[in-house]
Amino acid sequence: MLTWSLGFLILMVKLGAVLLFLLLAAAYLVWLERKFLARLQVRYGPNRAGKYGLLQPIADMIKMLTKEDTIPEGADRVIFLLAPAVVTVTALLMFAVIPFGGDLSFLGKRIPMVIADLNIGLLFVFALSSLGVYGIALGGWASNSKYSLLGGIRGAAQMISYELSLGLSLVPVVMLAGSFSLVDIVRAQEAYPFILVQPLAFVIFVISAMAESKRIPFDLPEAENELGAGYHTEYSGIRFGLFFLGEYVNMQVLGALVAVLFLGGWSGPFLSGPAWFCIKILVVALVMIWIRGTLPRLRYDQLMALGWKVLIPLALVNIVVTGAVILI
Amino acid sequence: MSFLIGTEAIAHVAFWIVVGLTFGGAVIAVFPRNIIYNVLGLVMALSGVAGLYLYLGSFFIALMQLLIYVGAICISIVFAIMLSRPLHLEVPKRSVPKVAMAAGASAIFFAAVVGVIFKSNWVPAPEQSGDWSVVTIGHLLLTRYDLVFEVISLVLLVAIIGAIVTAGYSRRFSS
Repeated sequence: MLTWSLGFLILMVKLGAVLLFLLLAAAYLVWLERKFLARLQVRYGPNRAGKYGLLQPIADMIKMLTKEDTIPEGADRVIFLLAPAVVTVTALLMFAVIPFGGDLSFLGKRIPMVIADLNIGLLFVFALSSLGVYGIALGGWASNSKYSLLGGIRGAAQMISYELSLGLSLVPVVMLAGSFSLVDIVRAQEAYPFILVQPLAFVIFVISAMAESKRIPFDLPEAENELGAGYHTEYSGIRFGLFFLGEYVNMQVLGALVAVLFLGGWSGPFLSGPAWFCIKILVVALVMIWIRGTLPRLRYDQLMALGWKVLIPLALVNIVVTGAVILI
Repeated sequence: MSFLIGTEAIAHVAFWIVVGLTFGGAVIAVFPRNIIYNVLGLVMALSGVAGLYLYLGSFFIALMQLLIYVGAICISIVFAIMLSRPLHLEVPKRSVPKVAMAAGASAIFFAAVVGVIFKSNWVPAPEQSGDWSVVTIGHLLLTRYDLVFEVISLVLLVAIIGAIVTAGYSRRFSS
């Protein structure tokens, strides 16, 4: 009984720590993105609230929480209200299987620094990311607005298409590690990170993951100069905040997955495991902001052609070649 | 010992919640007139089935159920519905012959399933095999059930070719 309650307590502490980390990091990723993007465009970015605008995320949070939560006329209320939660919850749940570091020793017990080390953790991530599409599609549909509907349709089509190349690009990684567990995949990279042996898989994964998270150059679902704001045009207040939060948590998921699958996860010299892990997430996030500041948006046909005619065939070839090399 | 009874009770409650989810979802999938609610009911029912797989001890199959049925098939249904009639239009009335035919077909299928249930000899999952890991399922698919596996691949291939041909023809007609 005692061990059971202790285990439960440890689980709760872990959940709380991860949730707090994710929400804080999401808030400050917004700040980082605005600041870095501003510098790329020779602007200052937020600099009014606090030193270097560091209090800006908190001010934004208060603003979103206190704004009116409007529901457009003719909208499907139940689905309209539920959709933003789907986006955020699926993004947050993905962190349940992501390891932040090696085992921790506490009171003579070994505590793994992951909420749940599933032996099929990677499939869990895929299942959740495929559920995230519901938030976009239904949110866009339920708003009863042309912009939202178009954004929702674009979002659904884009996410369904890129999920394929996302999954296929990771098959070679699973073949090399011999496991779906994210902890085992990190352990398999003790000698060298997989980016060195699987550069093609890395490129395919990063491109598809950026398309999945709907960021520039793949931000067609919310293209502001064509669709207003796409699927979240009609949302205000905290519900818009949930969409926004989901997007930035997704950015962290992407950073964490790149770190775990290709960059060796928490391993690195001198610093502790979690520190290395956070640095790697931050580097991936900075590269994504840099890409946002550099590239224009793709056209819709280019988006579909890239996904179906370039990335998926390349990923399939990569699987066959990796399989052949492993067999030989 | 009290702790063991506790977990068993939790498992029972979880089982009935999952069954309720499946049945509730099925009811929503059939009765409301708003077609998006029907799909969401289907999503609920399929998630409930995933929960049943989880209860039977195969996390892998549960996740696959979520990934394929909820994450792919129902999403494409939602996608198709988004392209169909708008929300604010009036929904047509249910036609009695269609309802009767659907009910008849469902009744026949239900009778067949009940027949199979009574005829088969049930073995509890833990006695049948304790090992539902990915490795076992993979081996079984490529050894004992490889004919089924290949036939399903063939069916899917035919479906893909059919979709391409249909899309190609309709495009040629419209241009």
